[in-house]
Amino acid sequence: MAEARDAKGRTPAIPGAKPGGNGSAPEGETQWPLWEVFTQKTGGDPHEHAGSVHAADAEMALQNARDVYARRGAVVSIWVVQSNSVTASPSDEAGPFFDPGADKIYRHPQFYKIPRGLKGF
Amino acid sequence: MRETRPITSAASRSSGPSNELGPLTPSSPIAPSSPPKLFPFLLGLADDRLVLGHRLSEWCGHGPILEEDIALANIALDLVGQATLLLNLAGKIEGKGRSEDALAYFRDGGEFRNLHIVELPKGDYAYTIVRQFLFDVYSYHVLEQLQKGAHRELAGIAAKGFKEVRYHVRHSSEWVVRMGDGTDESHARAQKALDDLWRFTPEMFRPDAVDIEMQEHGIGPDLTALKPQWDGVVREVMGRSTLVMPADSYMIGGGRNGKHTEFLGHMLAEMQIVARSHPGAEW
Amino acid sequence: MWRAAVTKNGCRQSREKVMEKQPAATTDEDLNAAFEARIANGETIEPKDWMPERYRTQLIRMMSQHAHSEIVGMLPEGNWITRAPSLRRKMTLLAKVQDEAGHGLYIYCGAETLGIDRAELVDQLLSGRAKYSSIFNYPTLTWADIGVIGWFVDGAAIVNQTVLAKASYGPYARAMIRICKEENFHKKQGYEIIATLARGTPAQKAMAQDAVNRWWWPSLMMLGPSDTDSPNTAELMRWRVKRKTNDELRQRFIDLTVPQAEAVGLTLPDPDLKLNPETNSYDFGPIDWEEFWAVVKGNGPCNRERLQARRDAHENGRWVREAAEAYASKQQRAAQSPAA
Repeated sequence: MAEARDAKGRTPAIPGAKPGGNGSAPEGETQWPLWEVFTQKTGGDPHEHAGSVHAADAEMALQNARDVYARRGAVVSIWVVQSNSVTASPSDEAGPFFDPGADKIYRHPQFYKIPRGLKGF
Repeated sequence: MRETRPITSAASRSSGPSNELGPLTPSSPIAPSSPPKLFPFLLGLADDRLVLGHRLSEWCGHGPILEEDIALANIALDLVGQATLLLNLAGKIEGKGRSEDALAYFRDGGEFRNLHIVELPKGDYAYTIVRQFLFDVYSYHVLEQLQKGAHRELAGIAAKGFKEVRYHVRHSSEWVVRMGDGTDESHARAQKALDDLWRFTPEMFRPDAVDIEMQEHGIGPDLTALKPQWDGVVREVMGRSTLVMPADSYMIGGGRNGKHTEFLGHMLAEMQIVARSHPGAEW
Repeated sequence: MWRAAVTKNGCRQSREKVMEKQPAATTDEDLNAAFEARIANGETIEPKDWMPERYRTQLIRMMSQHAHSEIVGMLPEGNWITRAPSLRRKMTLLAKVQDEAGHGLYIYCGAETLGIDRAELVDQLLSGRAKYSSIFNYPTLTWADIGVIGWFVDGAAIVNQTVLAKASYGPYARAMIRICKEENFHKKQGYEIIATLARGTPAQKAMAQDAVNRWWWPSLMMLGPSDTDSPNTAELMRWRVKRKTNDELRQRFIDLTVPQAEAVGLTLPDPDLKLNPETNSYDFGPIDWEEFWAVVKGNGPCNRERLQARRDAHENGRWVREAAEAYASKQQRAAQSPAA
């Protein structure tokens, strides 16, 4: 699978990605494009990534997601998005990308002092 | 975020009743003495779904792509589930102590009351999907009426089934469109399936004595009145599919009277073999 | 600047940009050392993380074999859906076999995060290049086989998958967690079938015992060759893809299953099977590895039929897959055309 890794042996960002392009599928074979599925468990919950399905278009992706990820119930809403529409943060830049957010202690309530004994602040 | 169509246009056009949570017929009594033809009526409803569910289940492990394999199994499960509830109710109405399994596994072909269209072999995927679509639209309209019907338990079962069939119509109609307006091959296969199956559709709307009695009791639908609704939905989807509606053709039916095609006997032989080899056994 | 470069089938980060940012001093040895340290530290490896090529290919091999097994595994059980002896059994069996399709799907998706298309994985299976669990090359001959498969085969799979749920590769572990949750009912439905048969008519009990006799040894083999003959085990253990050896898993499966057989009055076909008071585990007789390797090499009772069934489904489904794709591109063109 030499075509499926880059010079640094890095692997793709998220499902379906292929650093070497999409050359691993046999000629003329289609399993349809990949979609990411997000399900909401009950109204008010956030949609969470449930997994992926293959589908030729959005309607079919929605139906397939319903049949695959909601067949045991406990889902009230589904989003589908084609996997190649997702932009992911770079993995080997995780440090510069995220660490600067980790030391801003003044963004957290624990940073601030209030007079002792004050309740229900 | 873009909302997709709530359901296929086929189904959404019909302003379905809102009583999805259950039958809204509190005044309808559980008939102390059921009309005599309720039992065969329930068998007809149940057998349509049992036989079609069985045919669909034959695809399990052999579907054209994983996602579709899973989708078909879901529909088959819904149908067998509906059949189970209906047979259970039929057994109670009959009052001879026959369970849903006794009715499913220990009746001969001549006692099955399903339509011919559901017992035909599964064929290729176009045949399966077109048959499914023609039946789903029929079932949609039948269950829509039944859930408003005068028999409370039946209405409850129909209400549950109606929710399920709304999705079935969406699935099968979208696939009919994709096959019809897909490739030359898929179009040809879908058109052939439609042409082959068309002659089995008039049987759906031909009321017999059972249907008429049920309609008179406010339990069952007026089948002749459903025909134009069915026609409208089918015509609309065929239009989107670029498929040509076949000319109406007549064929002697008889499924509701136990006169079947040659296919049902083979299907039942397979379905019933284990149960019948061990009469009285529990599973 | 981190806008992803997009490929046809998926998304990724821009390789060029990332390479620019790569500190020049970073060598493969450094990356490898950092990777091994993360593994040793119990960290989870995600698709976008650097990983040695060997880890990637081993995972693809293992995950795709697992997925193929789910898909081929639909066939022996699917063989009885149309003959299930009650409506309840028909529905539960159909739901179970459908779950296997779902589980194959989850694991294929997990493998796809490693940069390989499902179409390629399917091709590897159909061309005979990929392996799947040999247990599915045995025939299902009676209804009792359905019970025993749920009890033994799913039982053994659960033992294996519970451990895989802690695998170092995130997408594999997550798929396993979902699968383990869903498979809870599989083993139970199988055992329930067997328990019902075992207390049923003499013919039913004989049917159950016969199925137990035929499936016991293949089920033990299913957990893989003995550690001494398992070339991949050491490496996969070091990378925490596998967390237990085949022999450990087999022992655990046996220890769980023996009391279950006793509870329903069925006999496991191994005269050497007995509790070892020192280890509190069951000793068991020798496994016929010759048979195992023969089946692996394609000479099991149903190898050809299973692969042929998958090939037929694939070939017969080709026009369906193409139709959906053709329709989608027509719709896309229509949406883009101003006249539409």
